[in-house]
Amino acid sequence: MALPWSAAGYPATSEVTMTNDTVTRPAPTRLRRVVIRFAGDSGDGMQLTGDRFTAETAGVGNDLSTLPNFPAEIRAPQGTLPGVSSFQLHFADHDVLTPGDAPDVLVAMNPAALKANLADLPRGATLIVDTDEFSARNLAKVGYAASPLTDGSLDSWHLHPVPLTSITVEALAGFETLSRKDKERAKNMFAFGLLSWMYSRPMETTKAFLQSKFGAKPDILAANIAAMEAGWSYGETTESFATAYEVAPAPMPSGTYRNITGNTALAYGLVAGAHRAGLRLVLGSYPITPASDILHTLSGLKRFGVMTLQAEDEIAGIGIALGASFGGALGVTSTSGPGLALKAETIGLAVSLELPLVIIDVQRGGPSTGLPTKTEQADLLQAMFGRNGEAPVPIVAPRSPADCFDAAIEAVRIATAYRTPVVVLSDGYLANGSEPWNLPDIAALPDLTVEFATERNGVDESGRPAFHPYARDPKTLARPWAVPGTAGLEHRIGGIEKADITGNISYDPDNHQRMTDLRQAKVDGIASTIAPLAVDDPSGDADVLVIGWGSTYGPIAAAAREVRAGGGRVATAHLRHLAPFPANTGDIVRGYRRVLVPEMNGGHLALLLRARFLIDAQSYARVRGLPFTTGELVDAILATTESA
Amino acid sequence: MSLTTQPRSRRETGVDPSPLGMPLPHGLASVPRLDPDGPAPTRKDYASDQEVRWCPGCGDYIILNTVQAFLPALGLRKENIVFVSGIGCSSRFPYYLDTFGMHSIHGRAPAIATGLATARPDLSVWVVTGDGDALSIGGNHLIHALRRNVNLTILLFNNRIYGLTKGQYSPTSEQGKITKSSPVGSVDTPFNPVSLALGAEATFVARSLDNDRAHLGEILKAAAAHRGTALVEIYQNCPIFNDGAFDAIKDRDQQAARLVHLVHGEPVRIGAEPSRQVLVRVADGALRFVAEAEAAGAGEVVVHDAHADDPSQQFALSRLDGAGMTQVPMGIFRQVERPTYDDGVRAQIDAAVTTAGGPADDADLHALLAGKDTWTVE
Repeated sequence: MALPWSAAGYPATSEVTMTNDTVTRPAPTRLRRVVIRFAGDSGDGMQLTGDRFTAETAGVGNDLSTLPNFPAEIRAPQGTLPGVSSFQLHFADHDVLTPGDAPDVLVAMNPAALKANLADLPRGATLIVDTDEFSARNLAKVGYAASPLTDGSLDSWHLHPVPLTSITVEALAGFETLSRKDKERAKNMFAFGLLSWMYSRPMETTKAFLQSKFGAKPDILAANIAAMEAGWSYGETTESFATAYEVAPAPMPSGTYRNITGNTALAYGLVAGAHRAGLRLVLGSYPITPASDILHTLSGLKRFGVMTLQAEDEIAGIGIALGASFGGALGVTSTSGPGLALKAETIGLAVSLELPLVIIDVQRGGPSTGLPTKTEQADLLQAMFGRNGEAPVPIVAPRSPADCFDAAIEAVRIATAYRTPVVVLSDGYLANGSEPWNLPDIAALPDLTVEFATERNGVDESGRPAFHPYARDPKTLARPWAVPGTAGLEHRIGGIEKADITGNISYDPDNHQRMTDLRQAKVDGIASTIAPLAVDDPSGDADVLVIGWGSTYGPIAAAAREVRAGGGRVATAHLRHLAPFPANTGDIVRGYRRVLVPEMNGGHLALLLRARFLIDAQSYARVRGLPFTTGELVDAILATTESA
Repeated sequence: MSLTTQPRSRRETGVDPSPLGMPLPHGLASVPRLDPDGPAPTRKDYASDQEVRWCPGCGDYIILNTVQAFLPALGLRKENIVFVSGIGCSSRFPYYLDTFGMHSIHGRAPAIATGLATARPDLSVWVVTGDGDALSIGGNHLIHALRRNVNLTILLFNNRIYGLTKGQYSPTSEQGKITKSSPVGSVDTPFNPVSLALGAEATFVARSLDNDRAHLGEILKAAAAHRGTALVEIYQNCPIFNDGAFDAIKDRDQQAARLVHLVHGEPVRIGAEPSRQVLVRVADGALRFVAEAEAAGAGEVVVHDAHADDPSQQFALSRLDGAGMTQVPMGIFRQVERPTYDDGVRAQIDAAVTTAGGPADDADLHALLAGKDTWTVE
């Protein structure tokens, strides 16, 4: 089959029209932005299809943002609503802040996928369905009395009924060694090919990807490529798809880019942080959704000296990390909310020991097991207060998938410079979502060089040289990091309250007050090394400040942009550091008539701002397991603006 | 009391051969040693300046003295020795030793020690724990340290009671025990720590008694030499809440009739001449002590094999003792060589770094970050 795209990648429109002698197609229509959602059964390969489409889209220079959404069950019963898995991709010729509120195109591989996603699809949007899957049995499984394809209920959408499965099987008729089932499994690549044609995406890197995935199974490889090409040809030769579209590259700062998910960026940030600190990275971790990919990624980086120890439980995971830190490594543990609860006592120990430790919490819906594969921000107060006693811990939150890299490095900086456990609050959306990332210059990353203690730093009661493990650096209040193996610095540390300076056991009332104050002052002092909170207020006279933290950055910024485009005035600010807050936070939040705090929890940051700064912060708190839509935040901002 | 280890020669091999005579590394092979020509450390060098605060008469004092006296014999630099403990009376141990130490949280010492020992092959890592710490709240970490075979030595002080919380029954307290939390008797079935360790794939399991310093010293020596997790259960008297728990086997008159000294390669015996008995496997497979003179006719004499890979017989020996402490095995139950977890973790990293031609530099890190799909914006 001769295929009409250039080997160089991007299909030139002219080539398409010239090389096809049966159909003359118009040039692709240019679009500013597109939101596509692939939806199907858990076994239909929708995440893979989405990933590949994302990679090709990144390759043509569009800015983008993605939202994978999948069930906790690995394979729920086929064709049922609980088994529906989807992947949404937003790409544009300008900077993209969110995965998009509503799809412009929905690909529904079966009735369940249609039913689960149709409510999100605006009237007039494009709907592509696999008609082969609309059997009476499959319709009944999800409660359709009649086929929506024929009863007129889809008349408001631009419906493309495509017998995806049977065309795929037909296109693979020549593959005699493959079973019908094997052939049917390639239908996601047919859909990929069709959408690639519709949006003028190249398919070359996906071919290479398939080659590495199926290289050992030449039949399967060839069938997948053939299905992909058949999908492309189908789009091009079928009257049903009148137009192809293209989205021009987005203007982005110069540099070398890749597409990256939050979990990968976080893992790489930890490696880069350890590299810049000159420390071995030791991860102690227990598998948990949605954090496990950090363990997977780091366990593949032995070449970088990274040690990963898969522990017997969450508590052992952080214990291993803390033991490694005591030994002079950078101890890290990764988990989600339920695991953070289990690690609480050890975090308290690390506060007392004053050793570096990084705790990654990729938040998910709670309480208890909650919504393991869905996103939420409801661990903020747990991270801040979820320990016995006064146990202050710095908290850092990334705001986008690529920003996870920088947030991880910042956590390493704080942990090593201040000898303290640091919590990084990522979430399920950041973990699995992706965006283009301008690769950093390694040498330009912060210098995190650590100096271990090598000499005795005091004298004992009789005037002889002694090592004082709790003597502090006057500037940072950090204590010396004296690792085993250093002669003359033998000392004991533990969870019992320690005497100031000497670190010996102390039950003295005044000493406990002093040590408690010192630990708090040390964490508070970090504020002097972090950037002041920046406000984005283009009009300069907004009455309303929208302040957020973590992954709500994109939806808040997109909503503010829309409000401003409509003539409204609104200021925004976004917190990377939740503990301590930037030094100017109080001044900023007190400077506005209304402060609106959108959060995917019950109002944690709003509570903190109210308590800390005595302001009437208004909470926009939702826990739906999904990122905010731009639209709902626009409404919330407008409602607040009107009341201001 | 017989020694349970075989004589070793450093002169021949440069490193201590394992007690099995196999060419596997000594437990302390990667830990820096003191200059043999330098001043020899003494017990005093290992005592910290902290006042020891156990109750008068506590068995922990004798264990501490034994350990302080034993450590110089290791010939290590003391800055390369680390004691990690959990919570409980025994877990105050690290404060009294002038080495590096961490008094951590309840039950978690094996996990913390695992991270430390894996990250630092140049350290001799010891865990000090008790029956509540190791077998109740920390049971999970204990069994996983044992199955992984991390290179560390665990000293489990078993006094069969919760001391620091003032006298509740522990996971090794006998059924029916009257304590503050079991006023009409505990209904819990106790753990046998040695049986538990053998079931958890432990490679070195031994038992000793707090007041038998010579025996404990020998066991500590063998445990330190073992590469992998060594578990040493030490019966320890709590004079306040469980006083006399081990009197039956400490009493000089009764001791001989109740203790079974396990010696690798020797028949398993109990009692002193002329009433000495030997363990035989009788027709139905059960183990029974019979008079030595009658052994030949009673069945197959059981010869202790601490090096047997199959732990069945070692396990059977751990079950000789019932609640009555009438036949209590002491010594090394199991001592086998198996690759250690921490050596394995480090070997994978070393292999990856060697294959890549050396430690990663900025360029390698940049290549990692870039991945396979990049594009350039001018």
